[in-house]
Amino acid sequence: MDKFLTVDADKCTGCRLCEQVCSVMHEGVSNPAKSRIQVIKWEQEGIYIPVICKQCEDAPCMNVCPVRAISRDPEFGFVKVDHEVCIGCRSCVGICPFGAMGYNGDTHQVFKCDLCGGDPQCVRFCEVNALEYVSANRVTSQKKRKGAARQSAAERQAVALG
Amino acid sequence: MALDRKIAYINLTTGDVEIKPIPLEMRKKFIGGRGMDAYLLYNHAPEGCDPLGPENPLIVSGGLLTATCASATARTHVMAKSPLTGLLGSCNMGGFFAPEMAWAGFHHLVITGRADKPVYLWIHNGEIEIRDAGRLWGKNSTDTQWAIRDELDDEEVKSMVIGQAGENLVTYACVMTGIKNAGGRTGLGCVMGAKNLKAVAVRGTMDIKIAHPVDALEHNKKFIDQITGAKVNQIQGALGTPFIWGATNCWGGVRTRNFQYNQMEYADEIEPEAIDDYAAETMGPHHMTGCFGCQVHCRAQYKIQSGLYKGKYDEGPEYTSLGAFGAEPDCKSIETVLTGNHLVNQYGVDNLEIGSMIAWAMELYELGILTSKETEGLDLRFGNDEALLQMVHNICTRTGWLGNVLADGGIPAAEKIGKNAFDYLIQVKGMNNLHSDERATPGLALNIATASRGSDHLRSRPAIDLYHLPEPVLRKIYSSPVPYEGPLSSEHTEYIGKPWQVFWQENVYMAVDCLGICKYHTVFLGATLPNFEDWPEVIYYNTGLEFTPKEIWDAAERCNNLERLFNLREGLTRNDPKKGDTLNHRYFDEPCRRGAPDVIGKRIDRDKFNVMIDEFYEHHGWDQDGVPTTETLKRLGLEKEPTRLL
Repeated sequence: MDKFLTVDADKCTGCRLCEQVCSVMHEGVSNPAKSRIQVIKWEQEGIYIPVICKQCEDAPCMNVCPVRAISRDPEFGFVKVDHEVCIGCRSCVGICPFGAMGYNGDTHQVFKCDLCGGDPQCVRFCEVNALEYVSANRVTSQKKRKGAARQSAAERQAVALG
Repeated sequence: MALDRKIAYINLTTGDVEIKPIPLEMRKKFIGGRGMDAYLLYNHAPEGCDPLGPENPLIVSGGLLTATCASATARTHVMAKSPLTGLLGSCNMGGFFAPEMAWAGFHHLVITGRADKPVYLWIHNGEIEIRDAGRLWGKNSTDTQWAIRDELDDEEVKSMVIGQAGENLVTYACVMTGIKNAGGRTGLGCVMGAKNLKAVAVRGTMDIKIAHPVDALEHNKKFIDQITGAKVNQIQGALGTPFIWGATNCWGGVRTRNFQYNQMEYADEIEPEAIDDYAAETMGPHHMTGCFGCQVHCRAQYKIQSGLYKGKYDEGPEYTSLGAFGAEPDCKSIETVLTGNHLVNQYGVDNLEIGSMIAWAMELYELGILTSKETEGLDLRFGNDEALLQMVHNICTRTGWLGNVLADGGIPAAEKIGKNAFDYLIQVKGMNNLHSDERATPGLALNIATASRGSDHLRSRPAIDLYHLPEPVLRKIYSSPVPYEGPLSSEHTEYIGKPWQVFWQENVYMAVDCLGICKYHTVFLGATLPNFEDWPEVIYYNTGLEFTPKEIWDAAERCNNLERLFNLREGLTRNDPKKGDTLNHRYFDEPCRRGAPDVIGKRIDRDKFNVMIDEFYEHHGWDQDGVPTTETLKRLGLEKEPTRLL
């Protein structure tokens, strides 16, 4: 599976619906503290950045786990925690460079994004497409097109000024 | 569960805090949010109490569905006796405050007393603390919020605050949250100031258990598709409320130069598209933002490009800022509108009220009722951008004779200015009208004349009246959940059937205010948007509570009657020009001078207007004086109020 969850922070309106549906989907409760995704804000400047697990290839959480409770899902490629094996040491929470591994104080378990088993609800509910679940190829081709457009515009401007 | 959120009673004089559950039978009767607030106000405000006295309760709430898995449940409602009108004080704001308060464990706060020095409330996961706000006093609305975050060392804290206008007891000071979300109407920021309460800060990580999470999630998706599928919301999402201002100005429904005209001419620079271009230039193509859980994202972001406030970030402007700093003072510069919008957000003052007050003063100045002696040399003519912005500073800081007088609100100011100043004050129940002109739209005129918090468009406006919907469509909307077989007219300049439409809208808006949902998610601007039939499911999936559409209607009607009872108790009488269900004489005497062919020449017919009021009262089960009859109170289960159950 080569699809992954992309974040385009420019498009994010900061509404936090993703946090709401994530916690309802996974926990049956509305509570951003238990959401796998969180929108970090600089309200003074109007900047909103959704933060979510990157499902790293060389995942620090997986590397640091002393009991090998963290592994990669063979079908969808996300990094997952086996709570049968997990000893609750929270090393993964401490080491994740993105703060994407959470800790649930009620169940005493760590939690993280599992891409909702292939149909991420945050993506489904994000009408402005700040979040997308797409193939790697599509992401890079879109970025190439955008980059090329910028370059072409700059070149046209240079010619006009020339 | 949403149903396990609590109510807290906080006495700022004694420091006592009492926390109680909210009984289920109260939910069935008053739902939550504004409806429950009306119950609390009627029960806790002593008759005739001083709005700025310690006994006036300041009630802060979220709705029944706040922060559940329903769409756009961002609204915070605040209620108290109004220092501006002496009647019902009530305001409602978006943002992220009420959801955070719900996660902190609370749906309602009843704040009484008066602190002997500036304080703020810190509410965190079921706990309430009164803290010193000495260092916050004097700060504007955003600096206050960031300072609280610094002090509590938590960037996720949400606060409802006052700026300097509230501290200075400007009678139309706002409560504010975030950059620009304002509980603007009826001056409840002034009530906070009088209590020495600078802010209410909340932070919560408590679960709100969803009764049927899978159904709630799927239903939410369906709701959002319905809401974002409506063209009107798509345009709102692109241009925000300036779009309504632009559209209204086209046909001649925008109040201009106080009340001299009903359309602003040559306003190219402040048309919605121009504002959108400005926002895009300063914030990029994705410059719209929204409130909690809402996909309409109707609020623009911008940075001021020049002048004294160059580089300042803000959000908006909304319809009312275009009225306040555009049409009303007849100023045509986008910089003025955006600067004015920034100033009111920072001072924490109602843009609608301050814009109307200054435009009124401008007309008085041009008429010679005010002179340069009272303005202390300020050339307060229409179209003077500099004088306009100077007056905003003067009012918010109570500087100079005129600034100080205008800060007291329209009716006291008219008394101090004297002569016939009152005749030019475009108000209902002591609160200035929206910067719209209702002379060609009797249904809208009836709405502002009878709105429970004084002149207001968000209490009962049948805005879809302007769409000329075919009668069968109107009948389908307005005959549910209670049958209506009387007349209805697609013609917005007509009088027939409008009292029923206003009555129906009054109940719809009360219902959404009880649920905590934004009005863009109901029949306000879009005829296809959710109403009574759509809410039982969303309530059931999220809370497990069962309501029929008719039960929601009944609860809304009950809450509206409570607001009426409060107003009657505090002195409302039908024909009182200062406290009644009336309009300024200019609505009846001066015809519209501009606009579309079917608007030019229109004014409200006094006799037909009175018939509308009669009919409107009749639909409510009120007598000819607008007082609920004993049978009506019995039907709604209000005959024993005040019952002090909460």
